[in-house]
Amino acid sequence: MHPVIPYVTAAFLFGLGGYGVLRRRNAILLLMAVELMLNAVNLVLVTADSTVRAALPPAAEAYTGQVFVLFVIVLAAAEVGVGLAIILQLYRVRATVAVDEVPLERDVPPGRPAEPDRAEVV
Amino acid sequence: MTVADALLLGLGAVAVGAGALVVTTAHLVRAGLYLVVCLGAVAGLYLVLTAELVAWVQVLIYVGAVVVLLLFAVMLTRAPIGASADLDRPGLPALLVGGGASLGLAALLVDAYRWSSVPAPAPGTAEVLGAQLFRSWVLPFEVLSVLLLAALVGAIIVSRPDIGGGGR
Repeated sequence: MHPVIPYVTAAFLFGLGGYGVLRRRNAILLLMAVELMLNAVNLVLVTADSTVRAALPPAAEAYTGQVFVLFVIVLAAAEVGVGLAIILQLYRVRATVAVDEVPLERDVPPGRPAEPDRAEVV
Repeated sequence: MTVADALLLGLGAVAVGAGALVVTTAHLVRAGLYLVVCLGAVAGLYLVLTAELVAWVQVLIYVGAVVVLLLFAVMLTRAPIGASADLDRPGLPALLVGGGASLGLAALLVDAYRWSSVPAPAPGTAEVLGAQLFRSWVLPFEVLSVLLLAALVGAIIVSRPDIGGGGR
């Protein structure tokens, strides 16, 4: 087994995820690209775990990489849950999910409609 | 070139190809479905790398839950069915950063590992992984359960305007 194959796969997946995060406007597609990056990291951890277990004598700390991958998967699930709640709330208030239309400053610039009253949106 | 190498190459090609389609397609729903293909191929890579439990957790949580949630959000934000023209921003910085990251990391890893070969490791069954998890990593595991609860409560409060989102 040549460990360089999954390592290079993970490198390309990470690059694709970074490309997607910077390229996409839609917040949901942005989350999908973040998932790609998380998967690349998971793949590196699993490959390192397998390589270490195959190359070194059995140790008490074997399988640590796989445990980390389980933790990262749970963190990704929590991230997607909260992220989607925020995206749906953004859509409810602004009627758009384009990330470059989100005003980061508090006062709304002229020419753009002020934040609508929540009572009429909900 | 063994069977494991051929499987790793094939599944890796499927994962990278589907991942490229996820970040380039103009159809929102198709991006979610390509993500299923990509995550499934990564689960296959885990199986070849003898991480059996991780592969099934990946299928259950990522393909089963996360992608369904994403498709849910696609539908709740009334995404158009066909191709959307305004999904992308200017691509040059993204291409520079993404291409630089992938090529740089790939060069680093190729330089570190060359074409070295390791024997296939012992199969990592759920039993040994569970023993390791509950022997050395119990505290992070419990903290993670608290974090999941916090994320759940946070998501509920954010998405319900009458109890949190609307209060100023």
